Amino acid sequence: MSIHCKDKVVLITGAAKGIGAAACHALAAAGAKLAVSDIDQDAGRELCEALRAEGADAEFFPLDVCDEQQWQHCMETVVASFGQLDGVVNNAGIAVICGPEDESLEGWRRTQTINSDAVFLGSRAAIQTMKARGGSIVNVSSIEGIVGDPMLPAYNASKGAVRALTKSLALYCADRDYGIRVNSLHPGYVETPLVSGALAKLSEDDANAFATRVVASIPMGRMARAEEIAQGIVFLLSDAASYMTGSELVMDGGYTAR
Amino acid sequence: MKENNPFSLQGKVAVVTGAAAGIGKACAQRMAYSGASVLLSDIDVAACQRLAAELNEQGFDARAIQQDVVLEEDWQALVAELKQWHNRWDILVNNAGIYIGGRLEDNSVEQLTRIHEVNVQSVFLGLRYAAETMQPSGCFGRGGSVINLSSIAGLIGVPGHSIYGATKGSVRSISKHSAVEFARFGYGIRVNSLHPGLIDTAMAEQVYDDFVDVGLTQSREEASAVLEQQMIPMGRLGTAEDIANAALFLASDASAYISGAELTVDGGFTAA
Ligand SMILES: NC(=O)c1ccc[n+]([C@@H]2O[C@H](COP(=O)([O-])OP(=O)(O)OC[C@H]3O[C@@H](n4cnc5c(N)ncnc54)[C@H](O)[C@@H]3O)[C@@H](O)[C@H]2O)c1
Ligand SMILES: NC(=O)c1ccc[n+]([C@@H]2O[C@H](COP(=O)([O-])OP(=O)(O)OC[C@H]3O[C@@H](n4cnc5c(N)ncnc54)[C@H](O)[C@@H]3O)[C@@H](O)[C@H]2O)c1
Repeated sequence: MSIHCKDKVVLITGAAKGIGAAACHALAAAGAKLAVSDIDQDAGRELCEALRAEGADAEFFPLDVCDEQQWQHCMETVVASFGQLDGVVNNAGIAVICGPEDESLEGWRRTQTINSDAVFLGSRAAIQTMKARGGSIVNVSSIEGIVGDPMLPAYNASKGAVRALTKSLALYCADRDYGIRVNSLHPGYVETPLVSGALAKLSEDDANAFATRVVASIPMGRMARAEEIAQGIVFLLSDAASYMTGSELVMDGGYTAR
Repeated sequence: MKENNPFSLQGKVAVVTGAAAGIGKACAQRMAYSGASVLLSDIDVAACQRLAAELNEQGFDARAIQQDVVLEEDWQALVAELKQWHNRWDILVNNAGIYIGGRLEDNSVEQLTRIHEVNVQSVFLGLRYAAETMQPSGCFGRGGSVINLSSIAGLIGVPGHSIYGATKGSVRSISKHSAVEFARFGYGIRVNSLHPGLIDTAMAEQVYDDFVDVGLTQSREEASAVLEQQMIPMGRLGTAEDIANAALFLASDASAYISGAELTVDGGFTAA
C-alpha cells in the first residue's frame, strides 16, 4: 500500500559514499534491486556486501561516469545481470570551493565534465536502454543549480545545467511516449564526504567561516542527513510519482524559500 | 517492506479539508491506508460521513466533520474535535478550494473576494490553528506537516485563470513565508505547497467549460483535446491519486528535510 520500488532495477552512479550509498540502503528497504556503480571500486564492492547482508539484491558495476565507452558497457552488463532496468540515478558529482578569480579553466572543465557532461551521458544511455519499457531518471542537481553561491561558480553552472537538461529530457521522452519520467533532485547542504572533503581543502578559518555561513542560512538550522535525501530518490523512482516529469524536488530545509 | 517504513503515517492524525470529493477524497483515503487517523472535513458532511464509514468498514480510522474552511469558528470546532478524538494533530492538508474562471474584465470584485475567502483565507486559518496547536508549547505540541494545495496556476499564466491564479500564487507565497518562520522559531512544523497540473476531478470539468466560455475553444471536447495534446506533455490529465501520493510523501517523515518547497505534479506542463 505504501510508496515503494518493489522489484524495480535501479542503477545508481557514485553510489559508494554519501547520498548514493544512503539511496542504496533506502531503495533496498523499499524493495528495489540495485546496480551499484562508482569509480571507487573498493568502496563500491564493500557497500554491495553490506547491502547483501541486509538481504538486498545488489551487484557492483565499476563505472567512471565521464567515460562514454564505460557507460555502454555498464548498461549492457546491468541488463544482462538483472534482465531489465527501471531507473537510473545520476548522482556522481564533485564540489570544489573556489571563487571565480582563482578558478582555472581546467578546474572549471573538470567540474562541468563530472557534474554536467556525465549526466548527459548517463541520461542518454538510460533513455536508450529503458525506452521500450519505460522508467524513471533522477538527476541529482543541487540547490546550487537554483541559487548562487559566491564561492561555487563552477558548481553552480554545472548544477544549473542539470536542472535545464532534465526538463528537456522530460519533454523529449513524453513527446515520444517512451514512458520515461525525468526529474531533478535539489538537495541543500548534506553531511557527506563531499562537503567535509571540500571544506578540508580550505584553511581551518575559511572552512569554519564557510560552514558557519551555510548553517546560519538554513531555516531548519542544520544540514541534511544523507538518509533524508535518499527518501526523495525513492519517491521519484516509485510509481507514486508517475505523473511527475520535468519537475524539481527541492529538499533543503527551507534554504531556497528564504 | 521494513517496519520502520519512512512513508508510513502510522499513529499520526491528519486533517484533510475538502475531503468529500476529488483530490481531498483521494488524499484522505491514501493517508488512512498509510496508517493515519484521518479527520475528513467538508461543507458536504454527508459525503464525508459516507467516506468515513467506508474507511471504518475496511478497518481504517476516519471520522467526518462539517466545516466551512472560510469560517474561523469552524476551525475552532475542528481543533476541539481533534482534542477530543485522539488529542493529537500531525498533518494538515489545506485542500478545499473553488475555481471561478472568466476573462478578467468580466470578473467582479465579489468573485475576487469570494475566491480569496475560500482559497486563501482558508489556508491562512488552517496554518494559524496548526501553528498555534502543533508548536512545542501548543496543546498538541509535536510539530507537524502542512500541505497547501496551490496549482500550476500559481506558477504560470493561463487564459481565464487570473483570479484563480491570484489565489494560488498567494498560497504558494504564504507557504514559503510560514515555512521559514516556523523553522526559524523552532516549531517543528514543515509547510510545503503542492502544485497539481490539470487533474480529472469535477474542477477539471469546470476548466473545460471555462475554456468555451472565455472563447478559447468551441466545445468542451476541443478544450479537452487542446489541453491534453498541446498543453500537457504526458498527453493525459493527472488523477487525484497522483496528487494524493505526493501529499503522502510530504506528510510523511520521508520528507523530514523538505520545507518551503514547491512540489509540482503536472505531467510536464510547466517544464515546457
Ligand atoms: N553533499 C551535499 O551537500 C550535496 C548537496 C547537493 C547536491 N549534492 C550532489 O549529490 C551528489 C552526491 O554527493 P555526495 O555528497 O554524496 O558526494 P560524495 O563525495 O560523498 O560521494 C560521491 C561519490 O561519487 C563518486 N564519484 C566521483 N567521481 C566519479 C566519477 N567520475 N565516476 C563515478 N563515480 C564518481 C565518488 O567515488 C563518491 O563515492 C553529487 O552530485 C553532489 O553534487 C550534494
Ligand atoms: N482539479 C484540478 O485540476 C486542480 C489542479 C490544481 C489544483 N487544484 C486544487 O486542488 C484542490 C482540490 O480540487 P479538486 O479538483 O479536488 O476540487 P473538487 O471541486 O473536486 O473538490 C473540492 C472539495 O472542496 C469542498 N469545498 C469547497 N468549498 C468549501 C468550503 N468553503 N469549505 C469546505 N469545503 C469546501 C467541496 O465541497 C469539494 O468536496 C483545490 O484547492 C484546487 O484548487 C485542482
